[in-house]
Amino acid sequence: MSEAHSDSFDLKDLYDEDIDPDPESRADRAKRFLEMNVVAPARIAVDDWRALVGGAILAFFLLMGTVGVWLVERPTSGDAPVLAAPFESLAYPLGTDVFGQPIHAQLIHATPGMFKMIFAGAVVSVGFAALVGVVAGFEHGTRIDSFLMTITDVVITIPGLPLIIVITAIFQPENPYIVGVFLGIDNWPGLARTVRSQVLSIREESYVEASEIMGIPLSSILRRDILSQLMPYVMINGALTSRRIIFESVGLYFLGILPFTTFNWGVMMNLAYEGNALTRPDMLPWMVAPMVCIFLLSFGLVLLSQGLDSLFNVRLRARHAKTSKKGTSKNNQSQATGGD
Amino acid sequence: MTPKYLLKRLGQAILTFLVTMTVSFLLYQAMPGGPTEAMRSVILSQSGGSVDIDRLNRMIQLYTNVNPDQPMHVQYFNYASDVILRQDLGTSFFKNEKVTTLIMQRIPWSMFISVYALALGYSLSIFLGVMTAYREKSRFDSTVSSLIIGLNSIPYYIVGVVLIYFLAIQNNYFPTGGRIGSGIAAGYNPEFMLSLVKHAALPAISMGALATSGALAMRGNAIRVLGEDYIRVAQLRGLRETRIATQYLGHNSILPMYTQFMIGIAGVFSSAVIVEEVFAYPGMGLLMFEAVKTQDYPLLMGTLIVFTAISLTAIFIADLTYTLIDPRISVGEE
Repeated sequence: MSEAHSDSFDLKDLYDEDIDPDPESRADRAKRFLEMNVVAPARIAVDDWRALVGGAILAFFLLMGTVGVWLVERPTSGDAPVLAAPFESLAYPLGTDVFGQPIHAQLIHATPGMFKMIFAGAVVSVGFAALVGVVAGFEHGTRIDSFLMTITDVVITIPGLPLIIVITAIFQPENPYIVGVFLGIDNWPGLARTVRSQVLSIREESYVEASEIMGIPLSSILRRDILSQLMPYVMINGALTSRRIIFESVGLYFLGILPFTTFNWGVMMNLAYEGNALTRPDMLPWMVAPMVCIFLLSFGLVLLSQGLDSLFNVRLRARHAKTSKKGTSKNNQSQATGGD
Repeated sequence: MTPKYLLKRLGQAILTFLVTMTVSFLLYQAMPGGPTEAMRSVILSQSGGSVDIDRLNRMIQLYTNVNPDQPMHVQYFNYASDVILRQDLGTSFFKNEKVTTLIMQRIPWSMFISVYALALGYSLSIFLGVMTAYREKSRFDSTVSSLIIGLNSIPYYIVGVVLIYFLAIQNNYFPTGGRIGSGIAAGYNPEFMLSLVKHAALPAISMGALATSGALAMRGNAIRVLGEDYIRVAQLRGLRETRIATQYLGHNSILPMYTQFMIGIAGVFSSAVIVEEVFAYPGMGLLMFEAVKTQDYPLLMGTLIVFTAISLTAIFIADLTYTLIDPRISVGEE
């Protein structure tokens, strides 16, 4: 890098990256891709306990929502004795509720709906935020930018929960995907602002400027230089948005504002709370079990979002990857220093 | 403080209010089957018997200020002028009283717990953020940070339920709900005041839990500020630790948090809906909850509009104080 002709050499290298005149073998490329995108993050994840624990919790709930639903029968009233105590029978390890439905089965059958809601809500809010943020950041200073930011500020200051309550009270959504979309409505503006300011600072970076000077089309710049830098923010905020959607959806079910059509942790809490579970020790498991689930799932998401922070650190990842082509590592190095 | 900055913020607040009002009008129109169809059964169950369509529309106009008979823009104009010029949000279906009257009775109670929650949550998150940053990587830091992460994983209403269980049911420290003890005369006597505070304490604490989410961001900011030269200079000058922590570290690390705190105001205010239901605390949130349960649409829209108006006012007031703590704002930026 210290030679006088290093500049032109670097440029050529970059160009070679783009048009790939001498493609390496497919196996090599696949190996390198795997190394950079799977093995290295996994190694960092093992080092960072937060990502590991968060991922494990999330995986546990995912299993619960897929395999668990298949293993454990859908609970119906009268399956078991009413209000059985927990940890006494293998058929209902967490006890039963006032209808004789095993609590663990209710928890398990509520999970798929929960994930559908989180998925829809996170996709809508994060996708919308990324779109608004990138467009506004790129059109900085124009009318489009100020228009988008005005809308963002308006939505930020409208109290989200009352708005969602009014909307759900009127439309009574039963499909978990639609509930998720409604909840996503007030979750995007904060992230949109972050994405915009990130785009603004990335645009100033020299490598983006270099790409512009080299005449690389805008779509490639967006994809290669900007989106790759934004992914960490989007992923981390995706985890935090998911947590908010859990809080709000369970809260609305707990209040009894959303229609009780499926099993849901909030519905369990609502029925238990209305039945004065707090003053009746035999009903307490019915109330506590969903509360523990909500805590664990959100705790997992918070940990994961913090662990992802180091997972997406390009420099850390490059250090953990063993096989990397000379050109790639150089490329990564410049990105890593640029990203700071 | 520059008038331009304030004017801009004021304009934004007004715009937000108008948008909310328009949204509530549009929601009336978007009701499944249209406003007439959607509200017919509710009104019929109230007045009994059958009414012809004209009378129904007139009643809807009476209750909601929206007359489905008129063309859309006339409806909107009438609705907007009722809300803005006459502060008329319609009449409740079930309580047969003006929505504004009903809401006005509840506002002080909601404001009481919300403001306490904000003060509690924000001062705690600023304090903990600065303290953990100052003692970075110590045992105090790791304990408090993990506690905050744990607390942020618990929804505030569950915090409320847990508080009720341990502090009100298992031990009789606090009442389980309501806003004032029975048989206590209102007035400036100590008994009344104590009962007031005791009833508000648990709701305020559980809403405050929501506001502590800023502590970790505050810690991150404070750690960044700690690396600045002026902190080092202050230490070399031999200033007292407390003075460095509050005036140098605290003051400078709050600045970037300010917008986040202001945005948080809306969140804390709206959390009242769930918390008040858990504690059976008769504020605006509980009113909104009752409106949902009885399909009392005028009351529902009214609470939405008033919630927005209160949040906007609070955020605007916070904006005014921002100019006091950030000297740069008086120069006028952006």
